[in-house]
Amino acid sequence: MDAVTISTPSSATVSNHMSTARVMGAYLAEVRSECLRYMRSPGFMLPIMLFPSMFYLLFGIVMAKSEGADAARYLLASYGVFGVMSPGLFGFGVSLALERDGGLLTYKRALPMPPGAYLLGKMVMAMLAAAVVILLLLAMGIGMAHVTLSAAQAGLLLLTGVLGVLPFCALGMLVGTLIKGQGAPGMLNLVYLPMSFLSGLWIPMGMLPKVLQQIAPIWPSYHLHQVALAAVGMDHTGLLAHMGVLLGFAALFFVVAARRLRRYG
Amino acid sequence: MKPTNDVVARLSGAVKRYGNLTALDGVDLVLHRGELLAVLGPNGAGKSTSISLLLGLIRPDGGRAELFGLDPQQIDARRRIGVMLQSAMLPLTLRVGELLRLVASYYPNPRPLIESAKLAGIGDLLQRPYGKLSGGQQRRVQFALALCGRPEIVFLDEPTVGMDIDARQKLWAAMLALVADGCSVVLTTHYLEEAESLAQRVVVLGKGRVLSEGSVDALRAQVPLTRIRCVTDLDPAVIATWPQVASVEHDGSHMRISTSAAENVLRRMLEADASLRELEVQRAGLAEAFTELTREENAVEQEAA
Repeated sequence: MDAVTISTPSSATVSNHMSTARVMGAYLAEVRSECLRYMRSPGFMLPIMLFPSMFYLLFGIVMAKSEGADAARYLLASYGVFGVMSPGLFGFGVSLALERDGGLLTYKRALPMPPGAYLLGKMVMAMLAAAVVILLLLAMGIGMAHVTLSAAQAGLLLLTGVLGVLPFCALGMLVGTLIKGQGAPGMLNLVYLPMSFLSGLWIPMGMLPKVLQQIAPIWPSYHLHQVALAAVGMDHTGLLAHMGVLLGFAALFFVVAARRLRRYG
Repeated sequence: MKPTNDVVARLSGAVKRYGNLTALDGVDLVLHRGELLAVLGPNGAGKSTSISLLLGLIRPDGGRAELFGLDPQQIDARRRIGVMLQSAMLPLTLRVGELLRLVASYYPNPRPLIESAKLAGIGDLLQRPYGKLSGGQQRRVQFALALCGRPEIVFLDEPTVGMDIDARQKLWAAMLALVADGCSVVLTTHYLEEAESLAQRVVVLGKGRVLSEGSVDALRAQVPLTRIRCVTDLDPAVIATWPQVASVEHDGSHMRISTSAAENVLRRMLEADASLRELEVQRAGLAEAFTELTREENAVEQEAA
Protein backbone atom coordinates (compact mmCIF):
# COMPACT_ATOMS: atom_id res chain seq x y z
CA MET A 1 0.00 0.00 0.00
CA ASP A 2 1.32 3.35 -1.05
CA ALA A 3 -0.52 5.55 1.42
CA VAL A 4 2.00 8.39 1.31
CA THR A 5 1.15 9.42 -2.22
CA ILE A 6 -2.56 9.85 -1.54
CA SER A 7 -3.01 13.60 -1.49
CA THR A 8 -5.89 13.90 0.95
CA PRO A 9 -5.79 11.16 3.52
CA SER A 10 -8.89 11.64 5.65
CA SER A 11 -8.50 11.54 9.38
CA ALA A 12 -10.67 8.44 9.38
CA THR A 13 -8.17 6.34 7.45
CA VAL A 14 -5.35 7.40 9.75
CA SER A 15 -7.16 6.50 12.94
CA ASN A 16 -8.22 3.21 11.38
CA HIS A 17 -4.72 1.89 11.12
CA MET A 18 -4.41 -1.20 13.29
CA SER A 19 -1.00 -1.40 14.92
CA THR A 20 0.79 -4.74 15.12
CA ALA A 21 0.60 -4.56 18.89
CA ARG A 22 -3.17 -4.27 18.73
CA VAL A 23 -3.43 -7.15 16.26
CA MET A 24 -1.38 -9.30 18.64
CA GLY A 25 -3.61 -8.11 21.44
CA ALA A 26 -6.64 -9.30 19.50
CA TYR A 27 -5.15 -12.78 19.10
CA LEU A 28 -4.38 -12.88 22.81
CA ALA A 29 -7.86 -11.69 23.75
CA GLU A 30 -9.40 -14.39 21.58
CA VAL A 31 -7.23 -17.09 23.14
CA ARG A 32 -7.96 -15.84 26.63
CA SER A 33 -11.73 -15.74 26.05
CA GLU A 34 -11.79 -19.19 24.52
CA CYS A 35 -9.86 -20.69 27.43
CA LEU A 36 -11.90 -18.90 30.09
CA ARG A 37 -15.10 -19.87 28.43
CA TYR A 38 -14.42 -23.60 28.39
CA MET A 39 -12.63 -23.82 31.71
CA ARG A 40 -15.79 -22.35 33.22
CA SER A 41 -18.02 -24.85 31.52
CA PRO A 42 -18.32 -28.01 33.65
CA GLY A 43 -20.24 -29.79 30.90
CA PHE A 44 -17.10 -29.59 28.80
CA MET A 45 -14.30 -30.02 31.36
CA LEU A 46 -15.77 -32.77 33.55
CA PRO A 47 -16.12 -35.55 30.95
CA ILE A 48 -12.72 -34.68 29.54
CA MET A 49 -11.09 -35.05 32.94
CA LEU A 50 -13.21 -37.81 34.44
CA PHE A 51 -13.18 -40.48 31.73
CA PRO A 52 -9.43 -40.99 31.40
CA SER A 53 -8.82 -40.67 35.14
CA MET A 54 -11.59 -43.14 36.02
CA PHE A 55 -10.35 -45.63 33.46
CA TYR A 56 -6.80 -45.23 34.67
CA LEU A 57 -7.83 -45.66 38.27
CA LEU A 58 -9.79 -48.81 37.48
CA PHE A 59 -7.60 -50.55 34.89
CA GLY A 60 -4.22 -48.99 35.51
CA ILE A 61 -4.12 -48.83 39.28
CA VAL A 62 -6.68 -51.10 40.95
CA MET A 63 -6.75 -54.02 38.52
CA ALA A 64 -3.13 -53.87 37.44
CA LYS A 65 -1.76 -54.04 40.96
CA SER A 66 -0.59 -57.62 40.57
CA GLU A 67 1.15 -56.87 37.31
CA GLY A 68 3.57 -54.43 38.88
CA ALA A 69 4.56 -50.85 38.24
CA ASP A 70 5.34 -51.45 34.57
CA ALA A 71 1.68 -52.07 33.77
CA ALA A 72 0.77 -48.81 35.51
CA ARG A 73 3.52 -47.07 33.55
CA TYR A 74 2.36 -48.54 30.24
CA LEU A 75 -1.25 -47.63 30.93
CA LEU A 76 -0.27 -44.12 31.98
CA ALA A 77 0.84 -43.57 28.40
CA SER A 78 -2.28 -45.32 27.03
CA TYR A 79 -4.82 -43.38 29.07
CA GLY A 80 -2.80 -40.23 28.61
CA VAL A 81 -3.33 -40.54 24.86
CA PHE A 82 -6.98 -41.49 25.39
CA GLY A 83 -7.41 -38.41 27.57
CA VAL A 84 -5.63 -36.10 25.14
CA MET A 85 -7.78 -37.10 22.21
CA SER A 86 -11.01 -35.79 23.70
CA PRO A 87 -10.20 -32.09 24.14
CA GLY A 88 -9.01 -32.14 20.54
CA LEU A 89 -11.98 -33.98 19.10
CA PHE A 90 -14.69 -32.52 21.31
CA GLY A 91 -13.23 -29.15 22.19
CA PHE A 92 -12.63 -28.39 18.57
CA GLY A 93 -15.19 -30.49 16.75
CA VAL A 94 -18.26 -30.08 18.91
CA SER A 95 -17.75 -26.39 19.55
CA LEU A 96 -17.18 -25.70 15.86
CA ALA A 97 -20.29 -27.69 14.89
CA LEU A 98 -22.39 -25.87 17.49
CA GLU A 99 -21.03 -22.45 16.61
CA ARG A 100 -21.63 -22.95 12.91
CA ASP A 101 -25.20 -23.84 13.84
CA GLY A 102 -25.76 -21.16 16.47
CA GLY A 103 -24.53 -18.24 14.38
CA LEU A 104 -21.45 -17.41 16.45
CA LEU A 105 -19.12 -18.30 13.59
CA THR A 106 -21.10 -16.08 11.21
CA TYR A 107 -20.97 -13.27 13.74
CA LYS A 108 -17.22 -13.62 14.13
CA ARG A 109 -16.76 -13.62 10.39
CA ALA A 110 -18.63 -10.32 10.17
CA LEU A 111 -16.40 -8.82 12.86
CA PRO A 112 -12.86 -7.66 12.08
CA MET A 113 -11.37 -10.56 14.00
CA PRO A 114 -7.82 -11.14 12.70
CA PRO A 115 -7.56 -14.17 10.42
CA GLY A 116 -7.07 -17.48 12.17
CA ALA A 117 -7.73 -16.07 15.64
CA TYR A 118 -10.82 -18.20 15.99
CA LEU A 119 -8.94 -21.42 15.28
CA LEU A 120 -5.93 -20.35 17.31
CA GLY A 121 -8.14 -19.73 20.34
CA LYS A 122 -9.65 -23.20 20.14
CA MET A 123 -6.25 -24.77 19.58
CA VAL A 124 -4.69 -23.19 22.64
CA MET A 125 -7.76 -24.10 24.69
CA ALA A 126 -7.45 -27.76 23.62
CA MET A 127 -3.71 -27.76 24.41
CA LEU A 128 -4.40 -26.38 27.85
CA ALA A 129 -7.12 -28.96 28.53
CA ALA A 130 -4.75 -31.70 27.33
CA ALA A 131 -2.12 -30.45 29.77
CA VAL A 132 -4.63 -30.60 32.61
CA VAL A 133 -5.55 -34.20 31.75
CA ILE A 134 -1.91 -35.33 31.58
CA LEU A 135 -1.05 -33.61 34.87
CA LEU A 136 -4.01 -35.31 36.51
CA LEU A 137 -2.94 -38.74 35.25
CA LEU A 138 0.70 -38.09 36.20
CA ALA A 139 -0.36 -37.23 39.74
CA MET A 140 -2.40 -40.43 39.95
CA GLY A 141 0.34 -42.58 38.44
CA ILE A 142 3.07 -41.24 40.67
CA GLY A 143 0.99 -40.79 43.80
CA MET A 144 -1.24 -43.85 43.73
CA ALA A 145 0.43 -46.44 41.48
CA HIS A 146 3.98 -45.49 42.50
CA VAL A 147 5.19 -45.28 38.94
CA THR A 148 8.75 -43.96 39.06
CA LEU A 149 9.27 -41.31 36.46
CA SER A 150 12.17 -38.93 36.10
CA ALA A 151 11.28 -35.25 35.82
CA ALA A 152 12.36 -35.42 32.17
CA GLN A 153 10.02 -38.33 31.47
CA ALA A 154 7.09 -36.58 33.12
CA GLY A 155 7.92 -33.44 31.16
CA LEU A 156 8.13 -35.37 27.89
CA LEU A 157 4.75 -37.00 28.52
CA LEU A 158 3.28 -33.56 29.17
CA LEU A 159 4.83 -32.25 25.98
CA THR A 160 3.55 -35.28 24.07
CA GLY A 161 0.05 -34.54 25.34
CA VAL A 162 0.13 -30.82 24.63
CA LEU A 163 1.44 -31.26 21.08
CA GLY A 164 -0.26 -34.59 20.49
CA VAL A 165 -3.67 -32.99 20.83
CA LEU A 166 -3.12 -31.11 17.57
CA PRO A 167 -3.85 -33.89 15.05
CA PHE A 168 -7.06 -34.54 16.95
CA CYS A 169 -7.92 -30.85 16.87
CA ALA A 170 -7.58 -31.05 13.10
CA LEU A 171 -9.70 -34.22 12.95
CA GLY A 172 -12.31 -32.62 15.23
CA MET A 173 -12.30 -29.54 13.02
CA LEU A 174 -12.89 -31.70 9.96
CA VAL A 175 -15.84 -33.46 11.59
CA GLY A 176 -17.10 -30.08 12.81
CA THR A 177 -17.16 -28.78 9.26
CA LEU A 178 -19.00 -31.88 8.01
CA ILE A 179 -21.73 -31.97 10.64
CA LYS A 180 -23.73 -29.07 12.04
CA GLY A 181 -25.09 -28.72 15.54
CA GLN A 182 -26.22 -31.45 17.90
CA GLY A 183 -25.28 -34.35 15.64
CA ALA A 184 -21.58 -33.74 16.16
CA PRO A 185 -21.07 -35.24 19.66
CA GLY A 186 -22.54 -38.58 18.60
CA MET A 187 -20.49 -38.68 15.44
CA LEU A 188 -17.32 -37.79 17.33
CA ASN A 189 -17.94 -40.56 19.85
CA LEU A 190 -18.22 -42.93 16.91
CA VAL A 191 -14.75 -41.79 15.92
CA TYR A 192 -13.27 -41.48 19.41
CA LEU A 193 -14.22 -44.71 21.14
CA PRO A 194 -13.56 -47.26 18.36
CA MET A 195 -10.34 -45.52 17.42
CA SER A 196 -9.12 -45.65 21.02
CA PHE A 197 -9.90 -49.34 21.24
CA LEU A 198 -8.35 -50.19 17.88
CA SER A 199 -5.16 -48.31 18.74
CA GLY A 200 -4.59 -50.42 21.83
CA LEU A 201 -5.37 -47.69 24.34
CA TRP A 202 -7.81 -49.80 26.35
CA ILE A 203 -6.31 -53.24 25.87
CA PRO A 204 -2.60 -53.47 25.01
CA MET A 205 -1.99 -54.00 21.32
CA GLY A 206 -0.45 -57.45 21.81
CA MET A 207 -3.74 -58.78 23.18
CA LEU A 208 -5.77 -57.65 20.17
CA PRO A 209 -6.45 -59.96 17.19
CA LYS A 210 -3.71 -60.08 14.61
CA VAL A 211 -5.71 -58.31 11.92
CA LEU A 212 -6.43 -55.35 14.21
CA GLN A 213 -2.72 -55.13 15.04
CA GLN A 214 -1.96 -54.99 11.35
CA ILE A 215 -4.34 -52.16 10.56
CA ALA A 216 -3.50 -50.18 13.72
CA PRO A 217 -1.07 -47.81 11.91
CA ILE A 218 -3.97 -46.22 10.04
CA TRP A 219 -5.14 -44.61 13.31
CA PRO A 220 -3.39 -41.40 14.44
CA SER A 221 -3.90 -42.43 18.06
CA TYR A 222 -1.77 -45.54 17.50
CA HIS A 223 1.16 -43.35 16.55
CA LEU A 224 0.64 -40.96 19.44
CA HIS A 225 0.53 -43.97 21.76
CA GLN A 226 3.96 -45.04 20.54
CA VAL A 227 5.33 -41.54 21.14
CA ALA A 228 3.82 -41.48 24.65
CA LEU A 229 5.33 -44.88 25.45
CA ALA A 230 8.71 -43.57 24.40
CA ALA A 231 8.22 -40.53 26.63
CA VAL A 232 7.70 -42.64 29.76
CA GLY A 233 10.62 -44.90 28.85
CA MET A 234 8.80 -47.99 27.57
CA ASP A 235 9.59 -50.09 24.53
CA HIS A 236 8.52 -48.43 21.33
CA THR A 237 9.22 -48.45 17.65
CA GLY A 238 10.76 -45.80 15.36
CA LEU A 239 9.91 -42.53 17.07
CA LEU A 240 10.55 -40.12 14.22
CA ALA A 241 8.37 -42.06 11.82
CA HIS A 242 5.44 -41.87 14.26
CA MET A 243 5.89 -38.15 14.71
CA GLY A 244 6.07 -37.70 10.96
CA VAL A 245 2.83 -39.63 10.48
CA LEU A 246 1.10 -37.52 13.16
CA LEU A 247 2.26 -34.34 11.48
CA GLY A 248 0.97 -35.65 8.17
CA PHE A 249 -2.42 -36.53 9.65
CA ALA A 250 -2.69 -33.08 11.25
CA ALA A 251 -1.78 -31.29 8.02
CA LEU A 252 -4.15 -33.38 5.90
CA PHE A 253 -7.16 -32.98 8.21
CA PHE A 254 -6.47 -29.29 8.65
CA VAL A 255 -6.15 -28.51 4.96
CA VAL A 256 -9.34 -30.37 4.05
CA ALA A 257 -11.24 -28.80 6.98
CA ALA A 258 -10.00 -25.29 6.24
CA ARG A 259 -11.09 -25.64 2.62
CA ARG A 260 -14.55 -26.75 3.65
CA LEU A 261 -14.80 -23.96 6.20
CA ARG A 262 -13.86 -21.31 3.66
CA ARG A 263 -16.24 -22.69 1.07
CA TYR A 264 -19.30 -23.53 3.11
CA GLY A 265 -18.80 -21.54 6.32
CA MET B 1 -14.90 4.73 -10.70
CA LYS B 2 -14.46 6.48 -7.41
CA PRO B 3 -17.38 6.47 -5.00
CA THR B 4 -18.46 9.86 -3.74
CA ASN B 5 -17.20 10.70 -0.29
CA ASP B 6 -20.64 10.75 1.16
CA VAL B 7 -21.43 7.12 0.32
CA VAL B 8 -20.16 4.64 2.90
CA ALA B 9 -21.77 1.44 1.68
CA ARG B 10 -23.27 0.37 -1.60
CA LEU B 11 -24.89 -2.53 -3.38
CA SER B 12 -24.96 -2.11 -7.13
CA GLY B 13 -27.02 -4.52 -9.18
CA ALA B 14 -26.46 -7.20 -6.57
CA VAL B 15 -27.66 -10.66 -7.53
CA LYS B 16 -27.60 -13.66 -5.23
CA ARG B 17 -28.95 -17.09 -6.02
CA TYR B 18 -29.33 -20.13 -3.80
CA GLY B 19 -29.83 -22.98 -6.22
CA ASN B 20 -33.01 -22.21 -8.12
CA LEU B 21 -34.07 -19.50 -5.71
CA THR B 22 -33.08 -15.96 -6.56
CA ALA B 23 -32.72 -14.21 -3.21
CA LEU B 24 -31.61 -10.90 -4.68
CA ASP B 25 -32.45 -9.91 -8.21
CA GLY B 26 -30.41 -6.81 -8.99
CA VAL B 27 -30.61 -4.70 -5.85
CA ASP B 28 -29.19 -1.18 -5.76
CA LEU B 29 -28.76 0.26 -2.32
CA VAL B 30 -26.77 3.20 -1.07
CA LEU B 31 -25.93 4.25 2.46
CA HIS B 32 -24.76 7.80 3.15
CA ARG B 33 -22.60 8.98 6.00
CA GLY B 34 -24.56 9.78 9.12
CA GLU B 35 -27.93 8.53 7.99
CA LEU B 36 -30.25 5.93 9.44
CA LEU B 37 -31.53 3.67 6.71
CA ALA B 38 -34.31 1.19 7.42
CA VAL B 39 -34.59 -1.90 5.23
CA LEU B 40 -38.10 -3.32 5.30
CA GLY B 41 -39.76 -6.23 3.64
CA PRO B 42 -41.71 -9.40 4.31
CA ASN B 43 -39.86 -12.58 5.23
CA GLY B 44 -37.80 -13.84 2.33
CA ALA B 45 -37.69 -10.43 0.68
CA GLY B 46 -33.90 -10.36 0.72
CA LYS B 47 -33.17 -8.19 3.76
CA SER B 48 -30.77 -10.60 5.42
CA THR B 49 -29.11 -11.46 2.12
CA SER B 50 -28.48 -7.77 1.45
CA ILE B 51 -26.92 -7.32 4.89
CA SER B 52 -24.84 -10.47 4.47
CA LEU B 53 -23.46 -9.13 1.19
CA LEU B 54 -22.49 -5.84 2.80
CA LEU B 55 -20.83 -7.67 5.68
CA GLY B 56 -18.87 -9.86 3.27
CA LEU B 57 -20.41 -13.03 4.67
CA ILE B 58 -21.44 -14.08 1.18
CA ARG B 59 -20.32 -13.03 -2.27
CA PRO B 60 -22.71 -11.70 -4.90
CA ASP B 61 -23.32 -13.83 -8.00
CA GLY B 62 -23.64 -10.61 -9.95
CA GLY B 63 -23.11 -6.91 -9.28
CA ARG B 64 -21.00 -5.51 -6.46
CA ALA B 65 -21.03 -4.95 -2.73
CA GLU B 66 -18.81 -2.24 -1.29
CA LEU B 67 -17.94 -0.89 2.13
CA PHE B 68 -16.07 2.44 2.03
CA GLY B 69 -15.26 1.62 -1.58
CA LEU B 70 -13.58 -1.62 -0.53
CA ASP B 71 -14.52 -5.27 -0.83
CA PRO B 72 -16.41 -6.07 2.42
CA GLN B 73 -14.30 -9.19 2.83
CA GLN B 74 -11.25 -7.01 3.40
CA ILE B 75 -10.58 -6.73 7.09
CA ASP B 76 -9.71 -3.03 6.71
CA ALA B 77 -13.29 -2.36 5.63
CA ARG B 78 -14.77 -4.41 8.45
CA ARG B 79 -12.64 -2.59 11.04
CA ARG B 80 -14.91 0.39 10.41
CA ILE B 81 -18.24 -1.36 11.00
CA GLY B 82 -20.16 -2.76 13.93
CA VAL B 83 -22.65 -5.60 13.72
CA MET B 84 -25.63 -6.93 15.59
CA LEU B 85 -27.01 -10.08 13.99
CA GLN B 86 -30.41 -11.62 14.50
CA SER B 87 -29.24 -14.92 15.90
CA ALA B 88 -25.81 -15.18 17.37
CA MET B 89 -25.35 -17.49 20.33
CA LEU B 90 -22.58 -15.74 22.21
CA PRO B 91 -20.51 -17.73 24.72
CA LEU B 92 -22.75 -18.13 27.76
CA THR B 93 -20.03 -18.49 30.36
CA LEU B 94 -18.23 -15.25 29.51
CA ARG B 95 -19.08 -12.14 31.51
CA VAL B 96 -20.46 -9.09 29.73
CA GLY B 97 -17.28 -7.09 30.42
CA GLU B 98 -15.15 -9.89 28.98
CA LEU B 99 -17.24 -10.02 25.81
CA LEU B 100 -16.95 -6.26 25.39
CA ARG B 101 -13.21 -6.35 25.90
CA LEU B 102 -12.86 -9.19 23.39
CA VAL B 103 -14.83 -7.55 20.60
CA ALA B 104 -13.22 -4.16 21.27
CA SER B 105 -9.80 -5.80 20.86
CA TYR B 106 -10.55 -6.38 17.16
CA TYR B 107 -10.76 -2.64 16.45
CA PRO B 108 -7.96 -0.11 16.01
CA ASN B 109 -9.50 2.64 18.10
CA PRO B 110 -12.33 1.30 20.27
CA ARG B 111 -14.46 3.19 22.75
CA PRO B 112 -13.56 2.88 26.40
CA LEU B 113 -15.46 -0.07 27.85
CA ILE B 114 -17.48 2.05 30.25
CA GLU B 115 -18.59 4.37 27.47
CA SER B 116 -19.86 1.48 25.33
CA ALA B 117 -21.66 0.01 28.32
CA LYS B 118 -23.30 3.33 29.15
CA LEU B 119 -24.42 3.96 25.57
CA ALA B 120 -26.18 0.61 25.51
CA GLY B 121 -27.46 0.92 29.09
CA ILE B 122 -25.67 -2.14 30.43
CA GLY B 123 -23.33 -0.45 32.91
CA ASP B 124 -24.77 -2.56 35.72
CA LEU B 125 -24.38 -5.87 33.89
CA LEU B 126 -20.62 -5.94 33.25
CA GLN B 127 -19.88 -8.58 35.88
CA ARG B 128 -22.77 -10.88 34.94
CA PRO B 129 -22.27 -14.00 32.81
CA TYR B 130 -23.96 -13.53 29.44
CA GLY B 131 -25.94 -16.76 29.84
CA LYS B 132 -27.64 -15.48 33.00
CA LEU B 133 -29.15 -12.43 31.29
CA SER B 134 -32.71 -12.04 30.04
CA GLY B 135 -33.37 -11.95 26.30
CA GLY B 136 -33.75 -8.18 26.31
CA GLN B 137 -30.54 -7.71 28.29
CA GLN B 138 -28.68 -9.98 25.88
CA ARG B 139 -29.90 -7.85 22.97
CA ARG B 140 -28.58 -4.74 24.70
CA VAL B 141 -25.21 -6.42 25.23
CA GLN B 142 -25.14 -7.30 21.53
CA PHE B 143 -25.88 -3.66 20.77
CA ALA B 144 -22.98 -2.60 23.00
CA LEU B 145 -20.74 -5.02 21.08
CA ALA B 146 -21.89 -3.45 17.81
CA LEU B 147 -20.83 0.05 18.85
CA CYS B 148 -17.78 -0.72 21.01
CA GLY B 149 -15.30 -0.40 18.11
CA ARG B 150 -16.29 3.22 17.37
CA PRO B 151 -17.63 2.11 13.97
CA GLU B 152 -18.60 4.39 11.11
CA ILE B 153 -21.46 2.07 10.13
CA VAL B 154 -23.55 -0.07 12.42
CA PHE B 155 -25.62 -2.92 10.99
CA LEU B 156 -28.56 -3.86 13.16
CA ASP B 157 -30.55 -6.89 12.06
CA GLU B 158 -33.91 -6.90 13.89
CA PRO B 159 -32.35 -5.31 16.98
CA THR B 160 -35.45 -4.91 19.13
CA VAL B 161 -36.97 -8.38 18.78
CA GLY B 162 -37.73 -9.71 22.24
CA MET B 163 -37.42 -6.34 23.97
CA ASP B 164 -40.10 -4.72 26.09
CA ILE B 165 -41.28 -1.23 25.23
CA ASP B 166 -39.02 0.49 27.72
CA ALA B 167 -35.88 -1.32 26.52
CA ARG B 168 -36.87 -0.71 22.92
CA GLN B 169 -37.20 3.00 23.45
CA LYS B 170 -33.83 3.14 25.19
CA LEU B 171 -32.28 1.39 22.23
CA TRP B 172 -33.94 3.83 19.86
CA ALA B 173 -32.46 6.72 21.82
CA ALA B 174 -29.04 5.09 21.68
CA MET B 175 -29.35 4.61 17.91
CA LEU B 176 -30.25 8.27 17.45
CA ALA B 177 -27.27 9.24 19.60
CA LEU B 178 -25.01 7.21 17.31
CA VAL B 179 -26.45 8.91 14.23
CA ALA B 180 -26.05 12.34 15.83
CA ASP B 181 -22.42 11.39 16.32
CA GLY B 182 -22.01 10.94 12.55
CA CYS B 183 -22.36 7.15 12.47
CA SER B 184 -24.47 5.56 9.74
CA VAL B 185 -26.98 2.92 10.79
CA VAL B 186 -28.56 0.19 8.67
CA LEU B 187 -31.59 -1.22 10.39
CA THR B 188 -33.77 -4.13 9.35
CA THR B 189 -36.94 -4.47 11.31
CA HIS B 190 -40.39 -5.99 11.43
CA TYR B 191 -41.71 -3.11 13.48
CA LEU B 192 -42.85 -0.43 11.11
CA GLU B 193 -43.26 2.12 13.86
CA GLU B 194 -39.56 1.64 14.50
CA ALA B 195 -38.69 2.61 10.94
CA GLU B 196 -41.30 5.36 11.01
CA SER B 197 -39.92 7.08 14.09
CA LEU B 198 -36.21 6.56 13.41
CA ALA B 199 -35.36 6.28 9.76
CA GLN B 200 -34.43 9.12 7.48
CA ARG B 201 -34.71 6.82 4.51
CA VAL B 202 -36.59 3.59 3.97
CA VAL B 203 -35.94 0.88 1.41
CA VAL B 204 -38.69 -1.66 0.89
CA LEU B 205 -37.61 -4.99 -0.54
CA GLY B 206 -39.88 -7.63 -2.00
CA LYS B 207 -38.91 -10.85 -3.74
CA GLY B 208 -35.31 -9.76 -4.01
CA ARG B 209 -36.01 -6.43 -5.66
CA VAL B 210 -36.25 -2.85 -4.40
CA LEU B 211 -39.94 -1.97 -4.41
CA SER B 212 -39.57 1.52 -3.08
CA GLU B 213 -36.92 3.82 -1.75
CA GLY B 214 -37.13 7.24 -0.18
CA SER B 215 -38.01 9.19 2.93
CA VAL B 216 -40.76 7.94 5.22
CA ASP B 217 -42.99 10.79 3.99
CA ALA B 218 -42.33 9.95 0.35
CA LEU B 219 -43.15 6.33 1.00
CA ARG B 220 -46.38 7.25 2.74
CA ALA B 221 -47.33 9.53 -0.12
CA GLN B 222 -47.03 6.62 -2.53
CA VAL B 223 -50.14 5.21 -0.96
CA PRO B 224 -52.78 7.92 -0.83
CA LEU B 225 -54.86 6.19 1.80
CA THR B 226 -56.62 7.83 4.73
CA ARG B 227 -57.84 6.08 7.83
CA ILE B 228 -61.30 6.84 9.24
CA ARG B 229 -62.04 5.61 12.72
CA CYS B 230 -65.43 6.05 14.42
CA VAL B 231 -68.30 4.40 16.27
CA THR B 232 -71.21 3.77 13.92
CA ASP B 233 -74.20 1.47 13.47
CA LEU B 234 -73.61 1.10 9.74
CA ASP B 235 -73.01 -2.34 8.35
CA PRO B 236 -69.28 -2.76 7.59
CA ALA B 237 -70.06 -5.20 4.79
CA VAL B 238 -72.07 -2.49 3.04
CA ILE B 239 -69.40 0.19 3.48
CA ALA B 240 -66.86 -2.18 2.03
CA THR B 241 -68.80 -2.18 -1.23
CA TRP B 242 -68.65 1.63 -1.56
CA PRO B 243 -66.33 2.99 -4.23
CA GLN B 244 -62.72 3.75 -3.22
CA VAL B 245 -62.98 1.93 0.11
CA ALA B 246 -59.87 -0.21 0.48
CA SER B 247 -60.72 -2.05 3.67
CA VAL B 248 -63.12 -2.06 6.62
CA GLU B 249 -62.30 -3.66 9.93
CA HIS B 250 -63.49 -3.73 13.51
CA ASP B 251 -61.30 -2.34 16.23
CA GLY B 252 -63.18 -3.07 19.46
CA SER B 253 -66.32 -0.94 19.40
CA HIS B 254 -64.82 1.17 16.64
CA MET B 255 -64.82 0.69 12.91
CA ARG B 256 -61.72 1.39 10.88
CA ILE B 257 -61.95 2.27 7.21
CA SER B 258 -59.08 2.80 4.80
CA THR B 259 -59.96 4.81 1.75
CA SER B 260 -58.43 6.92 -0.96
CA ALA B 261 -61.41 9.30 -0.96
CA ALA B 262 -62.00 10.16 2.66
CA GLU B 263 -64.20 13.18 1.95
CA ASN B 264 -66.71 11.28 -0.16
CA VAL B 265 -66.87 8.29 2.14
CA LEU B 266 -67.29 10.49 5.22
CA ARG B 267 -70.09 12.52 3.60
CA ARG B 268 -71.99 9.35 2.82
CA MET B 269 -71.45 7.93 6.29
CA LEU B 270 -72.59 11.07 8.05
CA GLU B 271 -75.72 11.21 5.88
CA ALA B 272 -76.53 7.58 6.58
CA ASP B 273 -75.84 7.58 10.31
CA ALA B 274 -76.75 10.65 12.33
CA SER B 275 -75.49 9.01 15.50
CA LEU B 276 -71.93 8.53 14.20
CA ARG B 277 -69.48 9.64 16.89
CA GLU B 278 -65.86 9.60 18.11
CA LEU B 279 -64.69 10.40 14.60
CA GLU B 280 -60.99 10.42 13.78
CA VAL B 281 -59.47 10.96 10.38
CA GLN B 282 -55.80 10.26 9.86
CA ARG B 283 -53.48 9.95 6.95
CA ALA B 284 -52.24 6.40 6.45
CA GLY B 285 -49.01 5.47 8.17
CA LEU B 286 -46.10 3.46 7.00
CA ALA B 287 -47.88 0.26 7.93
CA GLU B 288 -50.61 0.81 5.33
CA ALA B 289 -48.09 1.91 2.75
CA PHE B 290 -46.04 -1.16 3.42
CA THR B 291 -49.03 -3.50 3.20
CA GLU B 292 -50.06 -1.87 -0.05
CA LEU B 293 -46.56 -2.11 -1.54
CA THR B 294 -46.06 -5.73 -0.63
CA ARG B 295 -49.63 -6.86 -1.21
CA GLU B 296 -48.76 -8.55 -4.46
CA GLU B 297 -45.91 -10.41 -2.79
CA ASN B 298 -48.15 -11.64 -0.02
CA ALA B 299 -50.74 -12.89 -2.47
CA VAL B 300 -48.10 -14.81 -4.39
CA GLU B 301 -46.64 -16.18 -1.19
CA GLN B 302 -49.99 -17.41 0.02
CA GLU B 303 -50.71 -19.12 -3.25
CA ALA B 304 -47.39 -20.89 -3.04
CA ALA B 305 -47.97 -21.93 0.57
